[in-house]
Amino acid sequence: MADTTAETSTGDDFRKRRFRFDLFLVLTWVASVATVVTLVWIVLSILQAAFPAIAASGWSFFVNSVWNPNRNIYGVFPFLNGTAGSAGFALLLALPLGVAIAIFLSEDFLPIAVRQVIRFVVELLAAIPSVVYGLWGIAVIIPIVQSWGGFLTQKLGFLPIFAPPATGNSMLTASLVLALMVLPTITAISRSALVAVPKALREGSYAVGATRWETIFKVLLPTAAPGIVAATILAFGRAMGETMAVAMLIGNSPRLTWSLLSPAGTLAGLLANQFGEASGMQVSALMYAALTLVLLTLLVNIAGELVLRHTQKTIAGIR
Amino acid sequence: MKINSFRVALSLIAASAAAYSASAQTKLNGAGATFPAPLYQRWIAEFTKADPNIQINYQGVGSGTGITNFTQGIVNFAGSDAAMTDEQIAKVKQGVVLIPATAGSIVLAYNLPGVENLKLSREAYVGIFLGKITKWNDAAIAKANPGVKLPDTAITPCERSDGSGTNFVFTKHLSAISPDFKSQVGEGTTVTWPAGVAGKGNDGVTALVKQTPGAIGYVEYGYAKNNKLTFAQLENKSGAFVAATPESGAATLNTTQFPSEILRAWPSDPENEDAYPIATFTWLLLYKKYDKKEQLDALKKFVTYGLTDGQKFAAELGYIPLPQEVVGKCEAALKSVE
Repeated sequence: MADTTAETSTGDDFRKRRFRFDLFLVLTWVASVATVVTLVWIVLSILQAAFPAIAASGWSFFVNSVWNPNRNIYGVFPFLNGTAGSAGFALLLALPLGVAIAIFLSEDFLPIAVRQVIRFVVELLAAIPSVVYGLWGIAVIIPIVQSWGGFLTQKLGFLPIFAPPATGNSMLTASLVLALMVLPTITAISRSALVAVPKALREGSYAVGATRWETIFKVLLPTAAPGIVAATILAFGRAMGETMAVAMLIGNSPRLTWSLLSPAGTLAGLLANQFGEASGMQVSALMYAALTLVLLTLLVNIAGELVLRHTQKTIAGIR
Repeated sequence: MKINSFRVALSLIAASAAAYSASAQTKLNGAGATFPAPLYQRWIAEFTKADPNIQINYQGVGSGTGITNFTQGIVNFAGSDAAMTDEQIAKVKQGVVLIPATAGSIVLAYNLPGVENLKLSREAYVGIFLGKITKWNDAAIAKANPGVKLPDTAITPCERSDGSGTNFVFTKHLSAISPDFKSQVGEGTTVTWPAGVAGKGNDGVTALVKQTPGAIGYVEYGYAKNNKLTFAQLENKSGAFVAATPESGAATLNTTQFPSEILRAWPSDPENEDAYPIATFTWLLLYKKYDKKEQLDALKKFVTYGLTDGQKFAAELGYIPLPQEVVGKCEAALKSVE
């Protein structure tokens, strides 16, 4: 078909088409190179602005637990702890739920039409703006945490994770909302990993007499495991970088805490809060914190992508 | 036909150009402190209604950003709750004139259902924000409130998580009355609080106080009034308990002594019996020299309007009108702008 048109068209036409194709190629090249250049540019300019702080505090920036712009002491350990803690606890909640939904949606428990609707609704969670999650957290989650927080600190306060003081704006509140926010990521990627498990494996499992649940837990989940791990890592990256909802809910405290019920702070929240009025060394220290956050999320996302690629390869191998 | 439409287009362009030059407007851009922004917007609205040839913008982006923009020459004027330090002034090559434009009190709003007219001694409110007083029925609070039934609720201090002029004024006051506070926390636009939760902006703190039983937080008087928050009477230097009102704020401002060379001072701890302890000016930052005559004239007109007629909107919006004496000093300072 393509050959015949090329033969019948005049040389002029052909050149025009050739030119259009070249132009398209150049444009796509420019677009993709621009993306890479922008990323490098962002990292470099943050690095440049962060340099005075890097020179002044070096590695101690990461282990020092005092952040006090007033005294020019900058350490981000409490914020690293808050970032990892809130994101980690959110995953602890979201992972079992997300994988359960993924299994439910990839099996034929319900007619396809119903499954499609559920899948659509879960993925719609990703479309809600994070400030709306924040407001919802203030209106709904905070009162719940307030009413349970006091009880938990009284009965279980001897455990460091339930240590007082209990406040509504706390690591727990932020984690609960974050869990909901990362649920679509976990569900969507885990579902496609489960769907991608070759039919032959499932049929083989049934053939040797396994029940449906044995097939799910002993064949499907292990085969899809790398995909689920990738989903978890990508969700972790998303949770770490989340700013608005977390800043509205976590209590923005620069003090180091291990308690889920106490206010904490995250790197992203720190930046959002303090950048506007910062000057001098504080700007540089905030840039250093931004650099840390960018590199952490980049690393996490790269790790997630690598695992995801590896999975696709293994599954292709089984086929 | 073709020529005809071309002519029409040409004459249209010419006409619109003429119309444009006839209504040539003088534009002034300002940015800075969020606290006085509602009042400045009101001034701008009223002022440009009377003089539509002048167009003024003011963006409430925060004192720090305002000062940065002002230093870089991006704006024609700026607003700041913390004025400008000598170091910051030295960086502006056109020179700087500081004009106190309005003033406000900072109140301690609390959430303690059933308890109204709470009185807080100096010892009590410093102790609360240092994290030393943790229960509402603490002896230090009960002593000043005989007959009031204080609950056994935990105190949750609510603070500003962002850098702000409110932080600066509040911590400056606490540092002035408590050596412990000065050594442990200190004064500044961003400080590290030893206890409590923090929210972004006056509205963030307001939300925290409203939602948390047992909370106490510092917000601008106007915010507390608009949001119907209950706020405490504070003990001043003379030992009297004073509620924040425009009158008690004005009594505080009257005690302020400006140095002769620059209109910059904070009434950190007034002595008068009727003075509310935490009140502050907020400043307009102008350059000493402007290149464009029409901008200079427009700006002078606008600031003069704000200092005189504009002051009547202050009380209505929750600010403290400037004392007459200060207005006089401001007008004198404004004359030095060229």
